[in-house]
Amino acid sequence: MSSRIPLPYSSRVLDLFKNPKNLGRMEDANISAVAGSPACGDMIAIYLKVNDSQVVEKASFESYGCAANIAASSILTEMIKGKKLEEAWRISWRNISDELGGLPSVKYHCGILAVGALRRAIREYFKNREKPNWLPDTLTMEEKQALEEEKLIEVLSRRLK
Amino acid sequence: MSEVVRSVRGLLESHGEPLREVYLDSENSGLILPEALEEMVKTYRDYGYGHPSITHKRGWEAYEIIHKATDMLMRLIGVGEGEITYTHGGTEANNLAIRGLINYAREKKRRKIVYSSIEHLSVKFPAERLQKEGFKVVEIPVDKEGFININALEREIDKETLLVSIAWVNHEIGTIQDLRSIVEIVRDRDPEVYIHTDACDALGRFKLDFRKMDVDLASFSSHKVYGPKGVGMLYSKPEVRIHPIIYGQLSTQELWPGVENVPAIAGLYKSLENIERNLDNYMGNMRRLRDKLINSILTSVKDSVLNGPIGDRRAIDNVNISFLGCEGEALTVELSLRGVYVSSASACTSRTLIPSHVLIAIGRDYETAHGSLLMKITPIHSDKDIEYTIEQIVEAVDRIRSISPMRR
Repeated sequence: MSSRIPLPYSSRVLDLFKNPKNLGRMEDANISAVAGSPACGDMIAIYLKVNDSQVVEKASFESYGCAANIAASSILTEMIKGKKLEEAWRISWRNISDELGGLPSVKYHCGILAVGALRRAIREYFKNREKPNWLPDTLTMEEKQALEEEKLIEVLSRRLK
Repeated sequence: MSEVVRSVRGLLESHGEPLREVYLDSENSGLILPEALEEMVKTYRDYGYGHPSITHKRGWEAYEIIHKATDMLMRLIGVGEGEITYTHGGTEANNLAIRGLINYAREKKRRKIVYSSIEHLSVKFPAERLQKEGFKVVEIPVDKEGFININALEREIDKETLLVSIAWVNHEIGTIQDLRSIVEIVRDRDPEVYIHTDACDALGRFKLDFRKMDVDLASFSSHKVYGPKGVGMLYSKPEVRIHPIIYGQLSTQELWPGVENVPAIAGLYKSLENIERNLDNYMGNMRRLRDKLINSILTSVKDSVLNGPIGDRRAIDNVNISFLGCEGEALTVELSLRGVYVSSASACTSRTLIPSHVLIAIGRDYETAHGSLLMKITPIHSDKDIEYTIEQIVEAVDRIRSISPMRR
């Protein structure tokens, strides 16, 4: 099946696809995380430089995915710059979609995956630090979804072999 | 709730003005030959709006248009008699072939439908639907180039088998099946089995002669031969009976109610006439452009692989290449900004995460399938178009790969 579902991207998505902000691996990142996989056709890497006051000083991304995936990751890194980790944690995929001027429904998962990657990074940050109260013990919807996507594709790929 | 994007104006404006525009997506929707478009518009304007089964001059004029196109199609595919039913597209023709046969043969004891693992969704999905209704469906596997496993097919032909449906040419990877051997084997094992071929991607790519190819049903599509969209055709052998699958006012044909799309059929006539005149030329020129596109990309883009066979066993218009580490949908958008319009078999448009069943069936892994581009050469394309396309693909792949966390 080829790309047949109508995909009316907003011009914001296309602009960010053309000129992504905060693209590229960050050499001095102190935390990073990946969500998705090449087999999913959807993979986001998030790099953060977080200072001692738990503020995101710098954020960048790399993406293997569609135009919406690239735009969602890019806008998310833009949204969290200068924010405290607690505020960054609260960003939902809907905030991303709104910020992008709307995403087609078949592309909601791009926003979800971007949030999944960010929340993984934040959890990673607190792995060896005292866990704050606002960080839930159980996985949030976005994290679960990222995990499910990775697991599902693993099962499907195995079935292929 | 997030807003759904309703206007694509900004999106279109972001495109700017590329140096050239090359439309290579005739798989999903074909571009139309200027003479076919002209004929369609002229016919519609002047007289072709009449209903072909009504008794007045406009009606008879419409009737004549249908007959001219029908005669032309029958001559092109080498049949003297039989029936051509016009539908409104290839999908409907395939559905009519399968469902129509089931509706006719329901009382028969045979309950098995056999097709290949790379059939078009308009064959695969009706078959899968029939499975839910209690029919047995069997998918015959294909090899790495998309050729069906003849031994596996032979084993599935028995007293249970009602229908075998195999596309002559695969729509995605251009594999030209050895349909003659397939037909011989099926007839040999059991002459009562019906054979349908989806010939949408065969017509206009090489000479078809159904006198030498004993199939019962064959589907065609107007937009695949550079005619107007909105017309499909189903050929059925004179002795083959099928039943309608939709009902309504009787038109000039028994099997598909509703008024035939007469102006589009007038355009189709022109595109068929064009094929009759120019096929030899196309077989040389389109094939040359195809190989130029394939060879240049494979040599200039690292980690690119061709999907489907090479040479004579590949359709003259088909180019399907996977770029590893490069997601296909992003690539189609990047190329769109550069004026090159192509499609991808990436799963990116669906929530299933599963890319093209065709690429998976020939053994490609998911990542390879996600990174595929499908392009179709048409008679309208020039060497300059292909050269421009090659340049743009080389740059676009580079750019998309530079965004990816998996560097190549």
